[in-house]
Amino acid sequence: MEKRFMTGNEAIAEAAVQAGCRYFFGYPITPQSELPEYLARRLPEVGGCFLQAESEIAAIYMVFGAAGAGARVLTSSSSPGISLKQEGISYIAGAWLPCVIVNIMRGGPGLGGIQPSQSDYFQATKGGGHGDYRLVVLAPSTVQEAVNLTMEAFDLADKYRTPVMILGDGYLGQMMEPVEFKKRKQQSLPPKDWTLTGAKGRPRRIIKTLYLQPEILEQRNLTLNRRYQEIIKDEIRAETYLTEDAEVIIAAFGTVARIAKSAIRILREKGIKAGLVRPITLFPFPYQTFAQISDKIKKILVVEMNLGQMVEDVKLGVCGKAEVFFYGRTGGMVPSYDEIVVEVEKIVKEP
Amino acid sequence: MEKVFGRPKSLLAVRTHYCPGCGHGIIHRLLAEVMDELGIRERTVGVAPVGCSVLIYNYIDCDMYEAAHGRAPAIATGCKRVHPELTVFTYQGDGDLAAIGTAEVVHAAARGEQITTIFVNNAVYGMTGGQMAPTTLVGQKTTTSPFGRSAKHSGYPIRMSELLATLEGAAYIARVSVHTPKHILQAKKAIKKAFETQIKGLGFSLVEVLSQCPTIWGLSSKESLDWVEKKMMPYYPLGEFKVPKEEKV
Ligand SMILES: Cc1ncc(C[n+]2csc(CCOP(=O)(O)OP(=O)(O)O)c2C)c(N)n1
Ligand code: SF4
Repeated sequence: MEKRFMTGNEAIAEAAVQAGCRYFFGYPITPQSELPEYLARRLPEVGGCFLQAESEIAAIYMVFGAAGAGARVLTSSSSPGISLKQEGISYIAGAWLPCVIVNIMRGGPGLGGIQPSQSDYFQATKGGGHGDYRLVVLAPSTVQEAVNLTMEAFDLADKYRTPVMILGDGYLGQMMEPVEFKKRKQQSLPPKDWTLTGAKGRPRRIIKTLYLQPEILEQRNLTLNRRYQEIIKDEIRAETYLTEDAEVIIAAFGTVARIAKSAIRILREKGIKAGLVRPITLFPFPYQTFAQISDKIKKILVVEMNLGQMVEDVKLGVCGKAEVFFYGRTGGMVPSYDEIVVEVEKIVKEP
Repeated sequence: MEKVFGRPKSLLAVRTHYCPGCGHGIIHRLLAEVMDELGIRERTVGVAPVGCSVLIYNYIDCDMYEAAHGRAPAIATGCKRVHPELTVFTYQGDGDLAAIGTAEVVHAAARGEQITTIFVNNAVYGMTGGQMAPTTLVGQKTTTSPFGRSAKHSGYPIRMSELLATLEGAAYIARVSVHTPKHILQAKKAIKKAFETQIKGLGFSLVEVLSQCPTIWGLSSKESLDWVEKKMMPYYPLGEFKVPKEEKV
C-alpha cells in the first residue's frame, strides 16, 4: 500500500475524510491549524462542507447541529479553544450525539504557549464541562496511530452515541511521518433512528437535554452510565513494551511514550531492565493493566508533559501494590530521554 | 357547516405553560399557520432557545433541537449545512439572542446563512424571573435594575433589527408586534416573508416580535398591550429594515 509523508494534523484530517466525515467546523489556533487548512481544500472535493466559525463556541454547536442531522462531523482545536468548547461538549454528551473532537494540546494555563503539552489530561478524562458525562479519549503516539484511531473514533462515536476525543500534542500535530490509510473493516453500527431530517411520514423527533423532573434526568444519566460501563468493558486499549522481564516500569502516553522507549533502550544497555505501559485509551483507563503489573513489578515511574495528572489514575490502578514515582516537564518543555534515564536510575537505586 | 377558524395543523393540541396574556402563544400560532400555508411542516427543523419558550417543541409539531442559551443559530447552521433542502428556523428571546448569543446571530446573518430567526423581544428575562435584558428600556425597573435601568451604568438597549440590517448577508429583517389584531396580521405576513426568503435561498432572515410579558412587567394583560404601544414602539419602531434584493425597485 502507498505510504504518504504527512504531518500529524494533516493525517488526522485525511483519516477523518476516509472514515466518511464530510463536515468540519472550527476556529484557527496553533498548533493545529494545518488540520482545518487541509480540510478547507479537501472537503469540497468529496462534496462535504468546511466552515470556519466565529469562535470555538459556535463551532462546537455547529457540530451539535450537524451531528443531530445525522452526519459524521469533526472539530479540532488546541487547549484554550477546547476550554471554550466545554459547554457544547457537555450538551453533545447530554443529547447523546456522536462526534469527534481533536485536541492538539499546548501549554497552559491561560494563553500559555504554543509548544507541546499534556496538561489537558484532567479536562479530557474527568469531565471538563458540567454534568455526569464522560468522553472516550484516545491518545495516539505516532502519526500512523493517529490515523488509525481517528478512523476508529468515528465508529466508536456512532456505536455509543458519544463524543470521542483524539488527545494529541503539538509534537504529534506538527511531526511528519510516513503513513498508510488502510480501509477499516465495515463495522455493524446501530441505525441512526433519532436524527432530525424533517418529520416526513413519521412522528417528529426532538433532540434535547432539559429534563426538569429529577426522576427522568436520573434515568437518562443512568442510561448514559450503562453505556460508559460497556465502553469500560469492551474498549480499553494499552500497549506494553518490554514488560516481561522488567524490574521497573515507565508509564506514559502519547509523545512522551515514544521518548520513554528510547530511554528504555539506553537503560537496558546499562543493565537496567525497564519496560513501558502506554495507555492508548485514557478513558476508559487501563487500570487493570497497572493492577496486574504491580503484582510483580514494584517501581513505576510516570512521565508526563504536565505536573502530574495521569499519575493519579496510575495510582488508582496500582492501588498501593507498588511505589509510584513521577517526573514531568510543563509549559511546553518536553522531557528528553536522558532526563528519563536519570530519573529511572534514581528510583532503581532507592532501597 | 364550513369551519372558518381552527387550530393550525402544525400546532399541537395541548395547553401551553405560558402565563395568561403572554405574547409567546400568539407568536407560536403565527409560526404554525405560516408552516401550514407554505406546506413545510414535514421538511422543517426548528431550534428552541433557553428562555420561557424553551418548551416550544411541546407545541410546534416538527423536528426540533433544544439549544444551549444563545447558540441556536450555530446549531441551525450545522443542520442546514447538512440538509440544505430543509427549512430551518430558530426561535429566540432577547437575552438568548441579544446578550449571550450575540456573536452567533451576527455571524449567521453575516454568512447569509439560509435560516430564519424569530426573535421575541419582551424587554426582560422572563424565564429566570425578570432580570434586566439587553433590550430593557432606559428607566425600566427589573429585579437587577431595581431603580430603573440607568444608561450611565448599564448603557442603552440594543436595536437588533437595525444592527443586523447593516449586514450584507441579511436578506430580510423586520420588526413587528402582536399587541392588536391588526399588528398580529402584519406580524404573520412578515414571518411568512421571512420563511419565503429562506426557501428562495436569498439569505438570512429575521423577524423581531415585540411581545408582551404581563407577569414580569407587573401589568394586567390589557395594560401590557398598551405598554408595548406606548413604551416599546417609540424606541423600537416597527417596519421592514431589509427586504430581499429581488423585491427592490
Ligand atoms: C449559559 C447559561 N447562562 C444562564 C442561563 C440562565 N437563563 C435561562 S433563560 C435566561 C434568560 C432568558 O431570557 P430571554 O432570552 O429574554 O427569554 P424570555 O424568557 O424572556 O422569553 C437565562 C439567563 C442558562 N440557562 N445558561
Ligand atoms: S414570564 Fe413573561 S414571557 Fe415568560 S411566560 Fe410569563 S408572560 Fe410569557
